[in-house]
Amino acid sequence: MPRKGILVDRPYERLTREQVELIHQASMQILTDPGLISFNREAVDILHSHGAAVESIPGDHQSWQVKIPEQVVLSAMNSAPKTVKLGARNPDNTLIMHGDEPRVYLITGSETNIWLDVDFPTYVNKTDPTREIRVPEFKPRRGTVDDLCQSAHVCEHLEMVDGYIRTVNIQDRDITEDNKDVNKFFASLNNNTKHFMSGLTSLKQLDNVVRMAELIAGGKKALEDNPIISFITCLVKSPLQFVDDTTETFIEVCRRGLPIVVSSSPQAGTTAPIKEAGIMAQINAEVLAGITLGQLVNPGTPVLYGSVPVRARMDTLGDSYGSVETSQYNIDCVQIARFYGIPNYSTSGVCDPKIPGQQSSIERLFSDIVVTMSGPQFLHCAFGLLDCNSVFCLLQAVLDDAHFKMIEFFLRQPRVDQPELETMLKQIREVAATPQKLYISYIRPLLRSGEISGVYPFEGDGEADDVFELAYERMKELLARPVEHIDRETTARIFEEIPGILPRLNIYESGS
Amino acid sequence: MPEDTISLIQENVIQGRVTRDDEGMDEGMVGQPGVTELVEKALASGLSIKDIITKGLSGGMNIVGQKFEAGKYFIPDMLASAQAVGAAMEILEPYLAGSGINAKGKIIVATLKDDLHDIGKNIVSILLRGAGYTVKDLGNNVDIQVIVDAVREEKPQFLGLSALLTSTMARMADVIQMLEENGLRDQVKIVVGGAPVSEEFAKSIGADGYGADGFQAIAVVEALNSGIEN
Ligand code: B12
Repeated sequence: MPRKGILVDRPYERLTREQVELIHQASMQILTDPGLISFNREAVDILHSHGAAVESIPGDHQSWQVKIPEQVVLSAMNSAPKTVKLGARNPDNTLIMHGDEPRVYLITGSETNIWLDVDFPTYVNKTDPTREIRVPEFKPRRGTVDDLCQSAHVCEHLEMVDGYIRTVNIQDRDITEDNKDVNKFFASLNNNTKHFMSGLTSLKQLDNVVRMAELIAGGKKALEDNPIISFITCLVKSPLQFVDDTTETFIEVCRRGLPIVVSSSPQAGTTAPIKEAGIMAQINAEVLAGITLGQLVNPGTPVLYGSVPVRARMDTLGDSYGSVETSQYNIDCVQIARFYGIPNYSTSGVCDPKIPGQQSSIERLFSDIVVTMSGPQFLHCAFGLLDCNSVFCLLQAVLDDAHFKMIEFFLRQPRVDQPELETMLKQIREVAATPQKLYISYIRPLLRSGEISGVYPFEGDGEADDVFELAYERMKELLARPVEHIDRETTARIFEEIPGILPRLNIYESGS
Repeated sequence: MPEDTISLIQENVIQGRVTRDDEGMDEGMVGQPGVTELVEKALASGLSIKDIITKGLSGGMNIVGQKFEAGKYFIPDMLASAQAVGAAMEILEPYLAGSGINAKGKIIVATLKDDLHDIGKNIVSILLRGAGYTVKDLGNNVDIQVIVDAVREEKPQFLGLSALLTSTMARMADVIQMLEENGLRDQVKIVVGGAPVSEEFAKSIGADGYGADGFQAIAVVEALNSGIEN
């Protein structure tokens, strides 16, 4: 049984069908004029052999102007699966995504460099020293493998988290360019039984992580049937460029047939037009070019239409995920992907502030609600992320989970049908005939059925706002709850066959 | 599952089932006798009134209270149980004299003139009935004169006044004054409540007690009651 996700009955859309078609046409025009610049030779050869016009660009870096005719794009799109399955160590955590079905799966990530520790020191009132309060204090530091294990562990227990993208970049002294991939894959997979998606630090490690996944899934064929890992690559750099190394990684992952996200993240105002029509036409061209390349490499490779459009901040020209337009752009992309019938990878919940607080709650909740309502299949909703993807706070992830539970509840379908209304008429007549005129007794059968939403889970007793402290308690509770690790035998084989995994991650040997 | 009638009464109070048609808490109870049917049966088979009340009804209500404290029961559950006890007490009332059980006493409740808010007062009434009191509810928008007349005729031990508006809250003082003028004030303990009412306000108008919610309403009435008995 796959996970249920949130099925959005009538997804919120901003564009009319005609507007989507206009964007499609504009994207097709962009792909032939100006086309893309590719810094990757192999991509150029593949596209050229299928009918793209290619021309070398003179200069220091080897690059080519590639013009992809509409026909090439459309026929490649035909071979892209309309249903993508993302497997999981625990098969109950499988995700099945149909491009035409707005069922939303909520995924964590993506990697941040900074991990926020939380503490609650006591402060004393200067004028009245008998008065004390506890105030949350957030302390940033560089993320470690240990943190990654903790985050994967807690996310295993967060009910609304459907899949895991690692939330923190591991920067321990003994982590190198070469062993980073195997360690991040192992730490995540060993502490979390949900689907795991990741980017690759080094292409050299691709076969090692695929082998690790095979060992866990039970063999090559088993991994094909139950792809417990998938990849994400930003092969496109906006505007309209295929980057050399990520394109190479992308091609190699496609060859292995594992699911992959083609993602583009243009910044409106700097690397894409700030106007909605412009950024949509461009991002769509970028993603379609990537999907086309992937399908030409290996027809039928499961791909997600990955869109991470964001608006620039006017004060710094950095990303502003909290801006309202960012949500508008994301929602448009969801609709465009649905037009092609390809499952969409979308983004919400990333916020601008550096610590949890009012701004982070408001910004993330705003985008979480509206983007979920648009019905993306794979919503990278940034559990716990702050400072535009630079900071991760586990406490915030616990809060986000609770808020998504509210969104899930809100999006449930109403029950209004003849039998229900007949029952209600009976109830109304019965109560109208009583002296007290209260419906309270009819609440009872629903109280424990999950049909009534709960009070805010981190509501305190008194006048004080105890949300952070209560969420922190919850976080500790979840950390104390065990997770199902990879079994001893498989762990031994992984450590035997795959070089570079830190011995301290072997829970059966390290004594921890 | 308990077999004897008293245990069944207790169990059905916990389930909050007034009659055999009620669903209760657990699955599959509809059709089995509820508290009213069981109390009739207990009376017919000559069980002691004292056991029915203390072991069956109060015993059940105590467990409900514990479940509520532990967060397992919600207010609607509590009210359902209280309703079951209230219905049982109505059946038992004629038998109380000579049973060795002192009736807990009668309480008249009313929401004051020009105030239509009655949800809180109704909840208080249900809970008081559940605690074993005989409750006469005069309703809402009740004239001061009607309240005074009821006190004179019914001779209740308690009068519960509810107001949700600051304007009608002021009338509570008028009720007390009029009871005094009619020489009735000493016969009755007066408790007041409703959102705008406070402990201080209750004191300032010379009321005997104040309850911030339904549970406090019972607590304050019980405290005053033990004062009367002593
Ligand atoms: C529901 C409601 C209504 C409903 C009432 C339905 C009904 N059947 O009762 C309706 C919509 C009809 C209504 C109408 C009006 N309402 Co109104 N209403 C409310 C509301 C939102 C909730 C009251 C309620 O039922 N609470 C739930 C119950 C369970 O709680 P409770 O009543 O407090 O009772 C508990 C305790 O107080 C205590 N208790 C109560 N009584 C007693 C008695 C004793 C003896 C004891 C010991 C304890 C006790 O135990 C109860 C159980 O726990 C309040 C807001 C509020 N915060 O209270 C406004 C409120 C009371 N209403 C208000 C107003 C202004 C009005 C209207 C005048 C609006 C209008 N312009 O038409 C009319 C008044 C009509 C009238 N003449 O009375 C104001 C009053 C302001 C003021 N001046 O004091 C309030 C405070 C809202 C506001 N902030 O503006 N209202």
